[in-house]
Amino acid sequence: MDGILLQILNGLDKGGAYALIALGLTLVFGTLGVVNFAHGALFMLGAFVAVTLNKLISLEHITLDPNNLTAWGTPQEIRMPYVEEWFGTFGSFMIDYSIPIAIVVAIPIMLLVGIIMERGLIRHFYKRPHSDQILVTFGLAIVLQEIVKAFYGANPIPQAAPAIVAGSMDFGVALGFSENTLVYPFWRMVYFIFSLSVIGAVFAFLQFTTFGMVVRAGMADRETVGLLGIDIDKRFTVVFGIAAVVAGLAGVMYTPILPPDYHMGMDFLVLSFVVVVVGGMGSLPGAVAAGFLLGILQSFASMNEVKEILPGIDQVIIYLVAVIILLTRPRGLLGRKGVMEA
Amino acid sequence: MFGTNTARKDMILMASFIVVVLAAPIIFQPIGAGYPDLLQKFAIFGIFAVGFNILFGLTGYLSFGHAAFLGIGSYTAVWSFKLLGMSPIPAVLFGTLAGGLFAFLIGIVSLRRAGIYFSILTLAFAQMSYNLAYSVLTPITNGETGLRVLNSDPRILDEKNAEYTGSLVSTFFGVEMNGYPGFYFCGVILIITFYFALRLNRSPFGMKLRAIKSNQTRMAYTGFNTRPYLMAAFVISGMYAGLAGSLMAVTDPLAGAERMQWTASGEIVLMTILGGVGTMLGPIIGAGVIKYFENIFSAFNDQTLNAIFDFLPDTLQQGVVAVVSLFVGSGWHLTLGLLFMGIVIFLPGGLMEGFRRIYRMIKKPDDDKSDTPAASTAPAE
Repeated sequence: MDGILLQILNGLDKGGAYALIALGLTLVFGTLGVVNFAHGALFMLGAFVAVTLNKLISLEHITLDPNNLTAWGTPQEIRMPYVEEWFGTFGSFMIDYSIPIAIVVAIPIMLLVGIIMERGLIRHFYKRPHSDQILVTFGLAIVLQEIVKAFYGANPIPQAAPAIVAGSMDFGVALGFSENTLVYPFWRMVYFIFSLSVIGAVFAFLQFTTFGMVVRAGMADRETVGLLGIDIDKRFTVVFGIAAVVAGLAGVMYTPILPPDYHMGMDFLVLSFVVVVVGGMGSLPGAVAAGFLLGILQSFASMNEVKEILPGIDQVIIYLVAVIILLTRPRGLLGRKGVMEA
Repeated sequence: MFGTNTARKDMILMASFIVVVLAAPIIFQPIGAGYPDLLQKFAIFGIFAVGFNILFGLTGYLSFGHAAFLGIGSYTAVWSFKLLGMSPIPAVLFGTLAGGLFAFLIGIVSLRRAGIYFSILTLAFAQMSYNLAYSVLTPITNGETGLRVLNSDPRILDEKNAEYTGSLVSTFFGVEMNGYPGFYFCGVILIITFYFALRLNRSPFGMKLRAIKSNQTRMAYTGFNTRPYLMAAFVISGMYAGLAGSLMAVTDPLAGAERMQWTASGEIVLMTILGGVGTMLGPIIGAGVIKYFENIFSAFNDQTLNAIFDFLPDTLQQGVVAVVSLFVGSGWHLTLGLLFMGIVIFLPGGLMEGFRRIYRMIKKPDDDKSDTPAASTAPAE
């Protein structure tokens, strides 16, 4: 029982990341009808916003201390981050909490990136075939990740979670199990809750605001909304921006779990596409459900007990599930009728 | 549609193709590509791209997992070396057959769906093969290290020399399959497969495949079961990929799982699109251009750049070198991405479309109208 619970918990954070990326992909697909292969690059850009901010905040003011010598006989360096010099303890607080601060910073940046991308490139591809859209966004993804590589190098850059949530918690005790059966890192729990709240916010935005209502109407019948005198293209640009923000935030928060490198976006993108297709093209709840489902299935498949019965299953489970679902439920789990059927 | 005129054009095309391939070491010398390693790559990826084009160009089915067949061809060829000996003939034969067999198995499942679902299904199978080759199939694939031929392998058809400790090279009737002989081996196969693809393109079978691309439903209503035709195209294109994979092993007897990764599948899509989907020569040109960029551009470093821009004043030179070095050397992928975006945005028909436009501009600058219908019926060259 506790083993099963632990695997479910393990799958939640990865599932959360899949769900967030797949949500953005589906949002873009459902509104603009564009298959966006650069979405993984947005996830990666978000992660590197966090990296950049952390680097900026922890810029150090180096002074030499002539009284203390190191073992090599050179004066010892005193490293003092500028923010600590300026703000004192608040400065060290800022360094510790660089990732939560990065969230605030990432929202406007990613929104801007998304809107520029849509206005500058994607909008010229609405009428082109899907294969053209795939190809141009694929090219864009290569360009973005190469630019990041040129600035940050090819190696992963580890990021630390705030100290207060850096450790692990013994969740088992709270649920009545004996100690050390259900130890789970705090940050993964934070990630899960964070992804749930972002997903909730996106759904609430679409469901309860006038803007969201127009967007939903546009998803259902773009032409009629246009005939009613609403400039739907403008709304959809904002939706693209929101999708970029969601992917970026998923990236920011994922940095303590997986040290970001330039190709992390591509790795996640392939899986997220599978998630979208499993959930059903154009279905937002489907994307979220499939994201968590596949994340949890993946963590179950990597249990040793399962691997003994079916060697290698942990490597292929997601793709296997995708094949089975596509062949038995042609529209995916929650796909709508008439959306991308073939 | 395909009258004597087409037949004569095809003959000219084929003849000039043979001349270009056989004279490649001389022709590509001036642009710095006249060395055997790169020419081998041109030929191998040319074969791969021609095969991919039979599926994607004719039927419109975009496979995103074609590299799996390439990898399987490589592994089969290396196993043929290990068990049967270093002759390239069985290696190529078995590699091609293995590619076709796997294409058949994957095709049974994948071809039940079309459009983006077909792409995702093929991608899923390719990723499964890649992941399995890395993990549980290590006894067959030798995992991360890659599969290579050892002196201790059985190689039952070879005369073995126990003292020989050097690395093993594939030999074809006493000729070692590296350097120029290796290129000519690949080049001759490229010519044969190109001719086959050309005939296939002109045949009634090719016509049926194009009919599937333009409207599969209508095709079905006229009484054709489209599935066997699709399957045949998929298997043929899988065999081409297997052949290309086995040739990789022939010119360099080792095989690694990274050949099956989805980025490799993406690369072949890029090559075909870059050259021009559905054209005969386009995919080969695309493969050549990408491999050329990869080899030539990635070899540049700051020293060579400084030498090139030496004529500029010092400060300007530093600036120019700093900017240009982003695009060459390890950053050549950036150039590739930009080039690729440029092609898709401005020239959706690929390089072949560009050539055609230039040709039309030179040939008849004033009466464009009379030329358009002829041009629109000739996308298959």
